[in-house]
Order: sequence, then C-alpha cells, then structure tokens
Amino acid sequence: MDVLSNALGIHEKALRVRNQRMELLARNIANDDTPHFKARELDFKSVMAEFQPADNMSSTHMTHFPHADENPDDDGMRYRVPFSASVDGNTVELSVEQAKYGKAAADYQATLSFLENRVSSIRKALRGE
Amino acid sequence: MAMSIDNIFGIGGTALNAQLVRMNNTASNLANAGTTAPSEKEAYRGKRTVFKALMDEEMIHAGAPYIGGVKVDKIVDDTKPIPRVFDPSNPLADGEGFVYQANVNEVTEMVDLMAASRSYQNNVEVVNTARELMMRTLDMIKA
Repeated sequence: MDVLSNALGIHEKALRVRNQRMELLARNIANDDTPHFKARELDFKSVMAEFQPADNMSSTHMTHFPHADENPDDDGMRYRVPFSASVDGNTVELSVEQAKYGKAAADYQATLSFLENRVSSIRKALRGE
Repeated sequence: MAMSIDNIFGIGGTALNAQLVRMNNTASNLANAGTTAPSEKEAYRGKRTVFKALMDEEMIHAGAPYIGGVKVDKIVDDTKPIPRVFDPSNPLADGEGFVYQANVNEVTEMVDLMAASRSYQNNVEVVNTARELMMRTLDMIKA
C-alpha cells in the first residue's frame, strides 16, 4: 500500500502549486484596471522546497540546532516589479501577465502529463498486463 | 482544500462582471453625449467606473464571492467642466440664451469601450484556458 500512496510522487503537489500560480495570474489579469493594485507572483521554487524532504543533518550533541527551513513563513508570494510604472499605482502589465499565464498553462499540462504517465503505469501494474 | 481551479472561473467571472458594468456606463455616456440641459446642475456628467480588488474575507458576499477577484467600487461623475454654449434658439436655453452640454467626449468613450472589451476578452480567455486544463485533469482517470 505504501507503494501506491507515493505513486504520484512530487507531481501531485506540483499540480497544486501550479494551480495556485494560475489562480494568482488570473487575479492579476482580473485586476488589470484596478487602481493601486499590485501584481503578485508565486515563487515556484520556494513553495516546492517545502515539499522536498529536508536533508537531515545528523546532530551529535543535544545542543545542536536541528535543521530547519530557512524561511518557514515564506509562502512564496512576491510582488512583481513592473517594467514601467503606471500613474494610478497599478503594476499589472497585461502583456506580461498574458505571457506568464500562457506559460503557466503549459507548465500545468506538463505536470499533468507526468501524472498521466504515473496513473497509466499503475493501471498496467494492477491489471498485470 | 479542494482543487481550486474553479477559483479561476470565479475570479474571471468577477472581472467579466466588472468590465460589463464599465461597458454599460460607457454606453450610457455615449448615448447621452449629445444631450443639452437648461442648467449646469441638470447637465449630464460622464460616468466613470472605479474598480477595487477583492482582498479580504469580509469583502466576500453574494455576487462577488472570490478573493482576488475584482468588483465595481463606485461609479463617479466625471469632474470635467460642463460646456456652456450660446444657443438662444434652443427651447432649453436659459434666460441668457445658454444651454449646458454633457461633458462627454465621444472619442475618449470609444477608446474606453475598446479597452473594456479587450479586458473582457482577456478574462474570457483566462476562463477558457482554465476550463481546458480542468477537462484534461478530469481525463486523467481515463489515462
């Protein structure tokens, strides 16, 4: 059963983060005309780092500090720095957001493909073909 | 947490709604562009739509239920001065023979209409992409 519960691996989490990122970009696009709105971005690397197994440093003494996440409160949210600031304080640049959204959709599909492969191989294993 | 791709639908939906209000206001401005009034007070003033991002839980209520979406914050009157035109033959002219026209510039309104419709299309595209990805995710169980 342990094999099956880990069968989807990191991709299951990755899909969630990819989805979260697309949602964030959708917000940016929705608020293209909102005064003072600041566009945000999700740092994929720092979010995924939470899911990676921590490299366990062995502590040989009880006063050694345990290995800890460097930024445990980091949710990966970043403000985007616009190429050119607009007068109303809005930092959404639609062309940038559109490009990012398109790429995010492709990234999502890539993760989906990995998952599809996993699912079909599990299926094969279960059928015993 | 459930898969939240439907949040994208919600966010896109709030944006479509907001842009639609903006287009309605622009249409109203265009329709009233040529109107005249007997006093400055009664003259038509252009309507401007001001958007606001939905950032907090407390802003969530029926009609705009998605954090991160956008809503119409307020509709304000354009503060441009009302043109006062001498037209004594106009039945609406005041005692001195002046009428007061709407402070609407058709060209500005047309540009605003185009911008609103572009934003609308953008958000339709966002929702479409999200829908395709959702369908593919659902298809995964068939793989």
